[in-house]
Amino acid sequence: MSSVQIRDVRKSFGNFEVLHGVSIPIEDGEFVVLVGPSGCGKSTLLRMLAGLENITSGTISIGDRVVNNVQPKERDIAMVFQNYALYPHMTVADNMGFSLKLRGAKPDEISNGVKRAAEILALTPLLERYPRQLSGGQRQRVAMGRAIVRDPQVFLFDEPLSNLDAKLRVAMRTEIKELHQRLKTTTVYVTHDQIEAMTMADKIVVMHDGIVEQMGTPLELYDTPANQFVAGFIGSPAMNFLKGKVKSNGSAGFEGPNGVKLPLKTAPANSEGQPAVYGVRPEHFTIADDGAEAEIVVVEPTGSETQVFAKLGGEQVVAVFRERHQFSPGDKVRLKPDPSLVHLFDETTGKRLNG
Amino acid sequence: MADIAIAPRRAKTEIREASAWDQLKHNRNWLGFWFMVPALVFLIFFLAYPLGLGIWLSFTDTRIGRVGAFVGTENYEWLWDDAIFWLSVFNTLLYTFVASAIKFGIGLYLALLLNENMPFKAMLRALVLIPFIVPTVLSALAFWWIFDSQFSIISWSLKQMGLITENINFLGDTTWARICVIFANIWRGVPFVAITLLAGLQTVSPSLYEAATLDGATRWQMFRHITYPLLTPIIAVVMTFSVLFTFTDFQLIWAMTRGGPVNATHLMATLSYQRAIIAGQLGEGAAIASAMIPFLLAAIMVSWFGLQRRKWQQGESND
Repeated sequence: MSSVQIRDVRKSFGNFEVLHGVSIPIEDGEFVVLVGPSGCGKSTLLRMLAGLENITSGTISIGDRVVNNVQPKERDIAMVFQNYALYPHMTVADNMGFSLKLRGAKPDEISNGVKRAAEILALTPLLERYPRQLSGGQRQRVAMGRAIVRDPQVFLFDEPLSNLDAKLRVAMRTEIKELHQRLKTTTVYVTHDQIEAMTMADKIVVMHDGIVEQMGTPLELYDTPANQFVAGFIGSPAMNFLKGKVKSNGSAGFEGPNGVKLPLKTAPANSEGQPAVYGVRPEHFTIADDGAEAEIVVVEPTGSETQVFAKLGGEQVVAVFRERHQFSPGDKVRLKPDPSLVHLFDETTGKRLNG
Repeated sequence: MADIAIAPRRAKTEIREASAWDQLKHNRNWLGFWFMVPALVFLIFFLAYPLGLGIWLSFTDTRIGRVGAFVGTENYEWLWDDAIFWLSVFNTLLYTFVASAIKFGIGLYLALLLNENMPFKAMLRALVLIPFIVPTVLSALAFWWIFDSQFSIISWSLKQMGLITENINFLGDTTWARICVIFANIWRGVPFVAITLLAGLQTVSPSLYEAATLDGATRWQMFRHITYPLLTPIIAVVMTFSVLFTFTDFQLIWAMTRGGPVNATHLMATLSYQRAIIAGQLGEGAAIASAMIPFLLAAIMVSWFGLQRRKWQQGESND
């Protein structure tokens, strides 16, 4: 196990720069999730960490060693690929033991290593099968087994769950997290799915267009997103954004679209009249007499909660209620955001304005 | 409601027994048979019939212009004691093994090379196909000139460089003649092997190589443990065809050497042609041609067992 330092790393393909100076410190034993929309450079960064792509500038170090010019096999990392990349002509046992075999390990050493990893992942009954004879979830576990056998300093996961069906994805998510808690190996995990990021990570790195938008624990990102992008990316259903300007009339407030009055706990200093974006998470709406009037468009009950789509000042917003209300489309309700939980972003830069 | 009740019920049309013709129309096996008929007719007239006729001829003393009589295995008995026939068998085996082995080696090498990322990849791949596109007789004529005893460009070049003083008698010397025809066959056959293997190489997922890189495989180990095993099914197919084509080769030899010098390059196919058509001994020629069948069957059997789906290819694929 070891820490990983990514310092001001840039990557260009020809004249096209895809990573514009990314720095991420990763502590020993940490589970770090790189998350972002496709094309944000997260997979490229992971492949650079693995040594499959060159580093244009900046440094990556694993432990105390700068690995920019170190061969992939010397980096002591193991990677789980999105399509698993299992060798189709080798049995599960051979797949898992391949790296040991190449290293010149003795046969009993290999079989012990494979056995140990197979026990961890409950793969023992499948060791003699070929990848084709396995289900998606089993293949996924074999791919992880191949990584575990090597006992590497760092695990790299490249969207490992995106080829699985929804139910299996949830199960594997837990399994990977459990595995990490057991092995405590530094892990870098790439995904585009913010729920995966939220549920698994010790630290989330939100990337967008080749830069790091924000880094932090899942709840930090959720509670205090640094900018509008992170606010919109983390959380499901996504945060509601309403454009308008800060307008305090004695007490702090915000004037949303079509003059809708929205509450603010404190207005940022010298912000009176400043155009801004008002962000409120769906679950932070309550029904209150002093709320803003909204017209219900669609009601989607999921059992545990109800998602309500409504028009607020002409803009569609989503609200989520745990308690049961008798709503039907066309009803007028008064929605009130919790002023202590709303977010305010700069209209042009998207930066967070309130504390 | 009442109206409906009063109205007399229409008599239902009698349920007609399905006639044999109806059943045939709906029988998928029968339909399948009709779809196969054109191919079947073609195969019977152009493959099965000539093959059967050839085997029948080999048991007769037919000559050109004369219907033969059944002579049993007499033709084969003659061949058994015919040194030239045995020489042609030896030549054919030598020609096939040497040419196929070298074609495989060069073809695989070219395929691996062309699979790399390099400038003008598409153009190079097209260029490799050229020997395959040129008509065989045309390329044979070109080789004939290249290996000509007087005007050979090779002899001329070597003389200019001062390496030799006299022309090499490429097609007049038994050893040289064999080398030359094998060379020409390799030249023609490599593109087929290379392009087919290249197609096979491209089905190997790049992520397997990435995984192997991380697993610590060297270039050679990647070839040995990933590329080669994944390529074996296609190697089996391409080499079967290559061996069959080489074993039955006729055009190149006939255009370049006509089997000479002193029968050193006579293959079974050329000898059969010479005896049957040139000399008119159809029965004997047919016997030589029929003698190729066991060899070809053996080659096919080898590939049959090699081609059988390997264990790792079996089972469900749900990707």
